[in-house]
Amino acid sequence: MTTIVSEKLKAEVRNLSFYYTEVQALKKVNLPIAENRITALIGPSGCGKTTYLRCFNRMHDLYPGNRYEGEILLYPDRLNIVDPKVDPIEVRMRISMVFQKPNPFPKTVYENVAYGLRVRGENRKGLLDEKVEKALRQAALWDEVHGRIYDLAFNLSGGQQQRLCIARALATEPEILLFDEPTSALDPTATLKIEELIMRLKKDVTIIIVTHNMQQAARVSDYTAFMYLGEIIEFDKTDKVFTHPSKKLTEDYITGRFG
Amino acid sequence: MPHDEKITQEIRRRIAHNKFRDHLFWIIGLFSTLIGFVVLFTLIIDLFVDGFPRLSWSFLTSYPSRFPEKAGILSAWVGTTLVMIVTAAAAVPLGIAAGVYLEEYSKKNWLTHLIEINMNNLAGIPSIIYGLLALGLFVYFLKLGESILTGGLTLGLLILPMVVIATRESIRAIPNSIREASYALGATKWQTIKDHILPYSISGILTGMIIGLSRAIGETAPIITVGALTFIAFLPSSPVTSTFPFFSFKWLFDPFTVMPIQMFNWISRPQKEFHVNAAAAGIILLLMTLVMNGFAIYLRYKFRKRIKW
Repeated sequence: MTTIVSEKLKAEVRNLSFYYTEVQALKKVNLPIAENRITALIGPSGCGKTTYLRCFNRMHDLYPGNRYEGEILLYPDRLNIVDPKVDPIEVRMRISMVFQKPNPFPKTVYENVAYGLRVRGENRKGLLDEKVEKALRQAALWDEVHGRIYDLAFNLSGGQQQRLCIARALATEPEILLFDEPTSALDPTATLKIEELIMRLKKDVTIIIVTHNMQQAARVSDYTAFMYLGEIIEFDKTDKVFTHPSKKLTEDYITGRFG
Repeated sequence: MPHDEKITQEIRRRIAHNKFRDHLFWIIGLFSTLIGFVVLFTLIIDLFVDGFPRLSWSFLTSYPSRFPEKAGILSAWVGTTLVMIVTAAAAVPLGIAAGVYLEEYSKKNWLTHLIEINMNNLAGIPSIIYGLLALGLFVYFLKLGESILTGGLTLGLLILPMVVIATRESIRAIPNSIREASYALGATKWQTIKDHILPYSISGILTGMIIGLSRAIGETAPIITVGALTFIAFLPSSPVTSTFPFFSFKWLFDPFTVMPIQMFNWISRPQKEFHVNAAAAGIILLLMTLVMNGFAIYLRYKFRKRIKW
């Protein structure tokens, strides 16, 4: 699988298994993550793609009874993200996440973006102002909200709220940005904006995106992994997966025969 | 199917029958609602008719006396206010901390389940039982005396479960996606609690606190049990002093009385004039409760405006 990616790797999943108490949700999966590229995880509901994504920032540690086996190596320092000895907080500080439904805090736009920095103990006004503006510009939101960054985030539209969440995730300059079906709660126009944004962001950050929408994966990603029942059935360059899938199951899924 | 006049007639009859029941329930419901309303209204009117003429500035600034027309409620309302301060100071931090712990830290197992069941039952225990517990614990064992401190702590115990339950309920109303957003940015549990959980649940917590205090303000039995006096013609020592450090906690250990005890004392006397005093004191007690509830509504409105899930 690694041979498919000839580029520099940002992370590499090796024989990762994941258990919700008794139930095994991921079965010895492998995946290379190329640096400054977009890797998409696709597959039918319940195939484990969101579970997979949430391993990358140890979200599963928030709930009791969850267990990882195997490793996710983060390059260049080869930190095994899922090692129980590695502090999940350290992992989350290096790897940010954008969720399925926009989930801004009931605070101002400014405080939403600044929160990750405040968590890191940053309180210098000038520096915060600068980084908040930078993140909002990166998330293509600055032009729309610069006059009301002290308004409540709930007053923004759904698409704006999701871009705010992207800005919030970007403000801390993460090494990897995880997207969990970021447009599933948005209308087509807002979706298009987010997609354009994701494509532009890859020059700054490595991206992994889970999506239910195959066209979205085809449009934005460089690599695509097709998952089914907790396993990766096929992984390849996105063009290859969508034009010449090597597995029958993949072909059936992308042509809409199930899922 | 073709139109059948007989079936149409039957349908109309059926509808009329159903509607009759509909109206019947409407009347029963209205009647039940009115009973509650009329009783409350009569109670308040009766209290005002009896007590209102007696209300005056001197009623608020006089000590009790054996002459009904000279008697006032100064020591009672000061006592009530001070006891409430101690009650809030004891129950609120403890209740919030316990509620946050149970919701955010504790593992969900049989022990926390047991604590939860206990907590809910604790809220329903007759207040006199709290009085007995407090007499043994605060008066005899800790030797805090028959003081404001004892009274406040007793009522604090009484409303503690309410504060815990209110805290837990308002914390539970916060969507999990907000917690995940905070943790995903690298926040610790404590950072998440202090920056998100507490600020977003504070209106519910404050409402619970004030509902608890509104109950505590009218409690008589546990306060009598721990030995509050029924006739007291002096004020506790002042919390503010003229010498350094300009405040004092001596008042905590002074004897006291509270409004409901003063009322009980007056109403149990044979003279009609004292009954008037009791009604007048009742109006003041009612007002104190109303002010607290009004404050709760204001706080809820003020904090809720910003948050919609």
